[in-house]
Order: sequence, then structure tokens, then C-alpha cells
Amino acid sequence: MTESRADSDRPVVEMRDISISFPGVKALQNVAFRLFPGEVHALMGENGAGKSTLIKALTGVYAIDSGTISVKGNDVLFSGPAQAQQAGIATVYQEVNLVTNLTVAENIMLGREPRRLGLIDWRRMRKHTATVLKGLNLDIDPGSLLGAHSIAVQQLVAIGRAIDVNADVLVLDEPTSSLDVKEVAELMAVIRQVRDKGVAVLFVSHFLEQVYQISDRITVLRNGELVGEYRVAELPRLQLVSKMIGKDLAALEALEEGTKREAVERTEGGAFLAAKALGRKGSIEPFDLEVHPGEVVGLAGLLGSGRTELVRLLYGADHSDTGATTIAGQDVKLRSPRQALNLKIAFASENRKAEGLIGDLSVRANIVLAMQAERGWTRQIPRRQQDELADRYIKALDIRPTSPDTLVRNLSGGNQQKVLLARWLLLEPNLLILDEPTRGIDVGAKAQIQKLVAGLSEKGMAVIFISAELEEVLRLSHRIGILRDRRMVDEIVNSESTTVEDIMDIIAAEAQPA
Amino acid sequence: MKKLTSHRLLWPAVVLIALLLANLLWNHSFFDITLRDGNLYGAPVDILRRAAPIVLVALGMTLVIATRGIDLSVGAVAAISGSWASMYIISSADGASVSVVLTAVGVALLMALIAGAWNGFLVSVLGIQPIVATLVLMVAGRGLAQVITDEKILYPDNSPAYKLIGGGYLLAVPFSILLAGGIFALTAVLTRKTALGTLIESVGVNPEASRLAGVRARPIIFLAYVFSGLCAGIAGLMLTSNSTSADPNSIGLFIELDAILAVVIGGTSLAGGRFSLAGTLIGAFIIETMDAFVVIAISARSTDVFKACVVIIVCLLQSSRVRAWLLNVLRWGRTPTRTHHEPPPPTASKDLQIPSPIATDPATDTTNGSETTNGSDTKTVKATS
Amino acid sequence: MSTSLAPVTGAPRSRQRFGRFEQYTQIGVTALLLVIMLIVGRLLYPNFTSGQAIFDLLGKNVFLIPLAIGMTFVILSGGIDLSVGAVMALGSVIAASLLQAGWSAVLVIPIVLLAASTLGLVVGIMISRFEIQPFIATLAAMFLARGLCLVITDRSIAIDNSFFQSMNLAHINLWEQETVNLRGKVRITDVYTTPSVLIAMALLLVAFIVLHYSRFGRTVYAVGGNEPSSRLMGLRVDRTKVSVYVISAFCAGVAGLLFAFYTASGDPVAGIGYELNAIAAVVIGGTLLSGGSGYVLGSMLGVLVLATIYAYKEFDGDLNTGWTRVMIGVLVLFFIVLQRFIVTRRRR
Repeated sequence: MTESRADSDRPVVEMRDISISFPGVKALQNVAFRLFPGEVHALMGENGAGKSTLIKALTGVYAIDSGTISVKGNDVLFSGPAQAQQAGIATVYQEVNLVTNLTVAENIMLGREPRRLGLIDWRRMRKHTATVLKGLNLDIDPGSLLGAHSIAVQQLVAIGRAIDVNADVLVLDEPTSSLDVKEVAELMAVIRQVRDKGVAVLFVSHFLEQVYQISDRITVLRNGELVGEYRVAELPRLQLVSKMIGKDLAALEALEEGTKREAVERTEGGAFLAAKALGRKGSIEPFDLEVHPGEVVGLAGLLGSGRTELVRLLYGADHSDTGATTIAGQDVKLRSPRQALNLKIAFASENRKAEGLIGDLSVRANIVLAMQAERGWTRQIPRRQQDELADRYIKALDIRPTSPDTLVRNLSGGNQQKVLLARWLLLEPNLLILDEPTRGIDVGAKAQIQKLVAGLSEKGMAVIFISAELEEVLRLSHRIGILRDRRMVDEIVNSESTTVEDIMDIIAAEAQPA
Repeated sequence: MKKLTSHRLLWPAVVLIALLLANLLWNHSFFDITLRDGNLYGAPVDILRRAAPIVLVALGMTLVIATRGIDLSVGAVAAISGSWASMYIISSADGASVSVVLTAVGVALLMALIAGAWNGFLVSVLGIQPIVATLVLMVAGRGLAQVITDEKILYPDNSPAYKLIGGGYLLAVPFSILLAGGIFALTAVLTRKTALGTLIESVGVNPEASRLAGVRARPIIFLAYVFSGLCAGIAGLMLTSNSTSADPNSIGLFIELDAILAVVIGGTSLAGGRFSLAGTLIGAFIIETMDAFVVIAISARSTDVFKACVVIIVCLLQSSRVRAWLLNVLRWGRTPTRTHHEPPPPTASKDLQIPSPIATDPATDTTNGSETTNGSDTKTVKATS
Repeated sequence: MSTSLAPVTGAPRSRQRFGRFEQYTQIGVTALLLVIMLIVGRLLYPNFTSGQAIFDLLGKNVFLIPLAIGMTFVILSGGIDLSVGAVMALGSVIAASLLQAGWSAVLVIPIVLLAASTLGLVVGIMISRFEIQPFIATLAAMFLARGLCLVITDRSIAIDNSFFQSMNLAHINLWEQETVNLRGKVRITDVYTTPSVLIAMALLLVAFIVLHYSRFGRTVYAVGGNEPSSRLMGLRVDRTKVSVYVISAFCAGVAGLLFAFYTASGDPVAGIGYELNAIAAVVIGGTLLSGGSGYVLGSMLGVLVLATIYAYKEFDGDLNTGWTRVMIGVLVLFFIVLQRFIVTRRRR
């Protein structure tokens, strides 16, 4: 392995001073990044850190606003993925980006099929594919339809395609999210092979275990800026986690002194909702969870740890494979959001734009939507009442601009979030699930919403609160569930002495061998 | 002024006015309406009368398109209902009696409703793509119409009562115009006085968010197709009663295309979401007025070419790529203004209040608009130590 | 190396093998359907499956074949083309009017094909560059093509060009056959086919080779299967999308020429509704309307199914033409629902 270190003087990819902005968002600011041949380099950071933007800039999907990218010493300007591929950068994306209606062989060779006299030479293609599959230790028929195989196998085929292209750089974006233990081990072996051949591997993953298993170098991004580049041996887990999450103390100091939750477990009385061994294959391992009236249960964990997947099962937005749910004493099988709403459970998705707002409709229409849906189309909420409700919540939640006719897509992030909150609060649910309600919002609105959540639980509403900011979770929760790698690993009571470090410790702790 | 220029219906209205003026320039007596035998006649009346069936079909099509669907079968459904009614009237002993006509109309509309329900079932229950699902009826429907009429061309001459629907007059105005206007009003009431309009728009703009908000999309989509079928059925009655012959092959031929065109010109997007009934109305008038103009100014044979050009231009204008390019061109010379929203400065932490429980029965809802800040029924959050 | 680890197996072998054959189930159903329909026809009408009758299935529907071939390309790529009937009519009208003006067949034929392809190019650019939905773009093209037909002429134009006439009358005799007509008289006739059928078959062969043996063909399948993935894989998606519409329009131009051969005329109202027949043939032939899956040979079988339905009408003069349309609609419905179940099964 030592010969690869000698080459590490000259990076094969160098990104300097990269900045990319989208309307209203600075995705990357003056980020530097380098890839060395014969090395596995992990790129880490939380949501909004800019990881995927950086990768898309490297792979030609996004154009950069400023800065330079050079590959093998030459400055390049990619206008599309095809160009990046030609420059020697092969990418395997998180979502399997292959064509499932074609065969394994075709997927591996698509665009590069071997030809004889102008026509595709199928026999040569099959033979070549068989060799590639053998190198991956994949025992499948090259002529089989890609769609017949599991996502995990499809992902491995995608990796096979990337490797076969003989690129200088291999980018792996969350390649293991759908793989089981055996397949992950297989992949690690393949990555080591590829690295030893001198390829520069860019590895993005939320699974800390895997990062430490395979990487030589780690770069951490946060909020679009570079935190630092480190050698793996010099960066213990806890330091990595704290660099990723960071503590924006300055911002938080601007708020009124927040309160720690009363160190009282609100578990007296029956649970409103109790989930037992609820799980969904490929999404979240079976978990147990109880939520009591008036209690705030916080869910903490890194991005990709399964928090959203967990609550979606509780809301019926996804179907569970295993386990059972009891709500207010009744056993239920949650199959749709409509059902959950009828049982007085509400869910505010983290993906406001795609799953929350009806952008082309007004603030008023968005606020009353869930209530209207409950009544059906025949019984319209009288216009007068709609106006009154909208005005009430606009005032109560300090939504600006104050006209209820404003189209919701013209509001700022914070106000959009408040509109969505109004929608759910209007229904007076017994359980309100909030997934990242303060993300992408200005600090003032953040504080308002946090206090609102505290107030709701005072009044007896059960709340499940997800946030990437551990201080928020600490401030508001009575109990905290901690997730890592799609599994609930621990549940703690939030006492006076619990600190953010405690939570981070649990998140960062080495997984016990299976 | 800004409100006026940014109104969605502005451009279609402008185009319509321009076409009317063009017609007027070419034919100075264009706007002459005469009263003969107690009935109105004139070029504008003709345009309205010709537009009536298209308006009907386009109304149903608007709702279907708003749910992100399409209904290609409307022509065939019109053929079925028109053929059936004509057939029944001709083969009955007393075609002129009102009860016969009413039965014919009733059964024909029932068949149209069933056709719409069939489409609705395929799309909303089986989840089949709307283009494909309605294609089946488009093909099979005309066949059914031919079977109904035994492949004959019918001449429902024996019934003035039936003729009223498409060709007759009521209170000096062509009945078909009144009928179309009435259905338009009914649709407007149906969509805006019930929650149907909002829910349709919600489902069309963002189906996933609607699902998560508990909206039941299935009955809404089903209803849209049933309504479309009904409108097509009425249009079929109009068309067959107006012409002296009912040919199952040609009743409503290509009417789905005209209807889609009217909807698109009127500003409703083919991708679904917000819709405008008034826009569709204007769109239908634009088509007929343009046809009238092309016929007198150029030749009757050129109408299709012009229609095609209009479709292309409208679609290009609606395409976001073209719009972005045009905005760039128009903004040349001016400093670019950022249109995104800077987040507002952090508000001093004003406490948010949770509104008091809402009375579910509107009759007993006595709260007024003002929110009490320190009232006894709301709680502000206090720091607990 | 990795030999220490047990190999990763994909789906069980049986499922893999089934997966490969699953693609063929639809086309198998179509073939079975065709056989059943032919048998039923034979039982109902004695001469239904006589040699000539089989070739007439092709001969009388010869212009549907290129339309279905072109439509297969478009639908495989995930689009749809509603203009093919109109372009066919336009092709025949352009040919007839130019021939009437004295141009020679050697010039007219390439001009017709070029004109059709140009229209296809415009449509393709509207769809791929300007992102207009295929449905509305080809709808506009249909209006345009019909409109241009009507501008050129409002009634059919007879063709008396010698080449076209010879194509109209030419028979290619294949073998001799004894036929017994209803009165018991025995005659010996030649079973024949026409050059038009050979042209259509040649087009089919070329389409087959392109779709299964060229990179372009595989890209068409990929784009229809998953367009965003195809882009990320570096395939030339835009170019492919434009090409399929050019191909479809070209095939419609060929169909127009074949129509002109068959009827010795150009007719502006020809082919109304033919695009629906083409789509029906493609769907019945097993191609998924969502794209990415299907075979052009399947579309050919679909054409034969439709041809058989029309043959029922021919052999039974009393049968209402409406029933043919109803039957086609029912078959399309059957295959659509079948497709839906296959897709939902695949997703699990």
C-alpha cells in the first residue's frame, strides 16, 4: 500500500474556492476539496452542509458560480454528466440510476456496447459482463432483467458499471444505504481493490462505521463551508460528530434564555400511542416507542439515521411490514394519512415543498386544507369561517405578509413553516409529529416555534419532535430517542444533567459487533 | 394597474378582443344583430351558437385536466348520446311529444354518465394512465354509436322539441347558448361554492402533499370524469339535434381537440393544478372567432393550419424555457433584480399563542377576529425554573 | 482478494430466468390471441385461412404496418405520436399533387419522405428542446398536417403516373393454389402479394435490427425506461428523443406512399383515426405505453390482430363496422389492464 502514498503528492482532482448559490441559498462558499489517487476520501456533513452540491458540481450536474475544478492537472468546465464521465469521473448515485427494464449486461455496457460491423455484438457483451460480475463476486445471470433483483444487487451492478469504465475517479454517493451486512462487506472489498489499483475514491456515507472502516481521509462540510480535511487516524469519532453538527452558539445566544425541560417524566397515565416492533424493510429496523399526552418525545440522530422513516410509519404515510400500533387503547393498522388524521394524529413533513405546501394556493387555502379534507368536498367550510380561522392563525403565529390571499410559494421559509403548523394545529390533534420544523428558518422564527411546541405540550398535546440541532431537542423534550444507521439505539430521559455531548456520545458510539 | 396586467385572463381576453376587431375590420357588418320572427340572428350569434357544444365539452375537460388527467373520449361519448337520442326519437311513434323527447334525453344522458363513470373507474381505482384509459372509450365508443344506429345516418326530422336543444330558440336567444351558459354557471357554483374546486386544485398542484393532508383524491378524480362524460353527452344532444343528419362517424369528431385547445388557451396548464372556467370560456370563443375570421379572410380550408399555429404558439409561451428566454431578452438593458426572498430580519421574540379551542359548529362560533394577548383562554409560555 | 467471501447471489435463479421470459409473456399472449382469432375465423368462414386470405391480411392493411413501426419507436421512448394518420394523408396528397403537376416518381418519392421527416424534426424539437408535452405537440402536428392537406386540395387527386400505377397493379405470384368457391367450382389461382407488402416487411426488418442491434436502439429503450437515469449515465437523451419523432414521421410518409400505391390517389381525409389504430396495434403487441418495454415484432402481431378483426367484417357483410371498433377497444382495454398488473407486480 505504501506506493500509493508516494503518489499522494499530486491530487488527481482539485477543487478550489468553489461557490454555488441558488435563489436565497448559498449552497457552497469557497470550498476546497482534493482527491488523491489510491486513496479513499470520505465527504461528511449534515443536511444543508453542501455535500451533494459539491458532488454534483464535480460530476457535471451543477454549474459552479466561481472557483476552479481541475482534473489531472487540467482545468475543466463540465456542461453535463456526459462530459464529466469523459474526463474520467465515474459516479454511483444514492438512488440506483440504472434502467430496470433492461438486462444486467445492458446496464453495465449501455452506451459502450461492443460492436462488430456496426452492430452490437451480444456474445462479446455477455462475456465481458460476466467478467465484471465475477470481479464483484456477484453470482447473477448477465442476461437477467435488472429489475428482477433487489435494490442492493442493483446498486452493486451500478458500481460494476462505474468500475468497468476504468475511471480515474470513482464517486460513491451513499452506496450502502440499501445493502445488508454481507453486501456491505463485499462492497468494502471491491473498494479496496479499486483503491489499490490507483483510483481515487470519493466516498459519501452517513454510516460512521463504514467511513472509519474504509477511508484514508475525511473532509467535513458544514452550512456550505469547509470545516477541514483530516487523515482518518487523526480524527476520533466524537470529534468528527461534533465538527459535523457544530454548535452555533452565537446564533443561539441571541435568543431569550431558553428553558430546560422540567425533569419530569410525563409518562403517567396511559400512552396515547404505543408502537411495538414496528418496522419496514429497507427503511427502519423494528422499534418500540410510546408517547404520552402532554409529553414531547425528541428524536435525535444524524441525517439518514431513520428518524423520518420512523415517524412516517406512525402516520400511515408508509406501510409497516412488522409490528403493531395501539392508539388510545385500540389496535390499529395504519394504512393511510387519512386514517391517522381521523385518529387525531398530525404530521408536518420535513420536506415542506414537496410534501407540505400547495404552492399555487393561498395561505388561507393551505391553512384550512386538512380541515376541509376531513369534511369532504360537499361541505365547504363557509368563506366567512375560513377567513376568520386564517386571520386567527396568521395573527397567532405571526405569519407575514398578513394577507391570507398571498400565494404560499411567495412566503419565506419560516412563514411557510408556520402556515403548515397552522394547518395541523387547526385540527387540534392529540399527537403532533414535527419533522425538522425549524430547518431553513431564520433564528427569530426558530425561537417562536420552539416556544410554541413547549406551550402545546403544556396544554396536553403529545408531540414528537425531530431536529438535527441537538440543543433544540434537549431544550424541548421530556424523553429522547436516539437513532443511528436506521435503528433506534437508545432512549433516554432528559434530565437536568443531560448534555448535548451525552447525545453525541450515543450517536457516535461504535456499533457492537452483530 | 398592476393587478390588471398580472391577471391570468388578461392575455386571452386581449387576444379575443383583437380577433373580434379583426373580424369587424374585414366585415363591417360583423356586429349586426337582427331580430327576425322574434329570434336573434347575426355573426356573433352564430359564433356563440357554434361555440356552445365546445364550451360544454371544454368545461368537463377543464376539471379533468386540473386533476392531472385528460379525457380523449368526449367525442365518442357525444356520438353515443346523440345517436341514441336520435334513434329513439325516430323509431318512436310520436317523435314530437315531449315525453318521448324527455325519455330520449334522459336515457342518453344516463349513458353518458355511465361512460364517465367507466373512465373514472379506470383512472382513479385501477390507476391506469388517463390518456390510455380514455383512449379505449374513444375507439370503442364510436363503434358503439355505429352499432346503435345500425350504421345508418339518421334524420331526426320529426321532432321540433328535440330540435330545440341544438337549433331552437328560447326567448329570442338560441337555446344552445342558454344551455351552455346555464351549465357554465352551474359548474362555477359547483366548483367554487363547494370545496370541489379547491380540492381539485390541491390534488392537481401537489398530489403527495394533498394525500398527507388527508385529502381523498379518488372520489374527486372519479367525479371529474363523470362530469366530463355528462358534458359530452349534452354536447352530443346539441350537435345531433342541430344538424339535419346524425352521422355516428362524425358527431363530435375532433371535438376533444378543440376542447383541449380551449382549456390550454384559457390558461389552465396541461400539467394540472389551478384552473379557470372563465379562461376556458374565452378560449372556446377565441377558437370560434378565429375560425370565423380565417374563413372570411383567407379560406375555409385554412382553419386547421391556423389552429395548429395557435396551439404551438400558446404552448411555447407556456413553456418555462421559452419564458425564461423571453424574460432575458426583455430584461436586457435593465439591471437584474433578485426576485428571491431574503429571509426577514430576526423578529424580536414575540410570543406565539395557541388559539383557543375552535367550536366545530359554525353556528355557535362566536369568537371575533381579534386575538386577546393576555386573555384567560390562551396561555403564553413562561419560563419555568 | 475477495474469494474468501461467499459470492453475492442476486434474486433466485428461477426468478432471474422467469424475469427474462416475463418480457415475452405479453407478446406470447398476443400471438395466442391471434391464433385463436384465426381459428375462430376459420370455423365461421371456410376460406378465412386460405393462402390468399392470409396474405390479404397483410396486403389490405399494408399502410398500418409502417405506422405501427414508427409508433413503436415513439412509445418505446416514452412518448406518443397522434399525428401519424395526418402525416400519412399529407404524404399521399403531396405525392399526388406533384405527380399531377408532372414531376417524376424518382423525385416525388424522396420529397415526400423528406417533407414528412422535416415535420417530425419540428415536433421532436418542440418536445425535447422546448419541453412541450408529446401529446399536445403531436396534436398540433396533426392539425397542421391535416390543414396543409386541405390547403393543397379538398378532394382526392387521382394519380396516373406509370410507376405508381404499376405499383398499384403489381402482383408478386408466390405459388399456385386450388380454391373452391361457394358453388363448388374449382379454380387454380396464384397466391400473390404486392411489392408494398415487401416494402413494409423490409421496413420491419430494418426497425428490428436498429432496435436490437444498434446503440441507438438500446438508447431508445433506456430513455423510455428511465429518462433521468439515462441522462446521468451519459446517454444522448435529447438527440434520441428528436430522432424517434423523425422516424415516426418518416414511417408515416412511407405509409402515405403505400396508400398512394394502393388507391392510386392522394386523399386529404385519408387515415382519420389511423393513429389510434397504430397505438392499438402497439399496445396489443405488448409494448408498455409508459415506455421502455416492448418489441416491434409484437407490434406487427398487433397489426395482424387488427387485420383479422377487419377480415371478419369483410367475410361477413352483415356485420356492423361498429363492432370492429368495439372489439379493438375491448382488446386494447384487456392489454392495458394486463400491463397494469404486470407493472404493479414488478414494483413489488
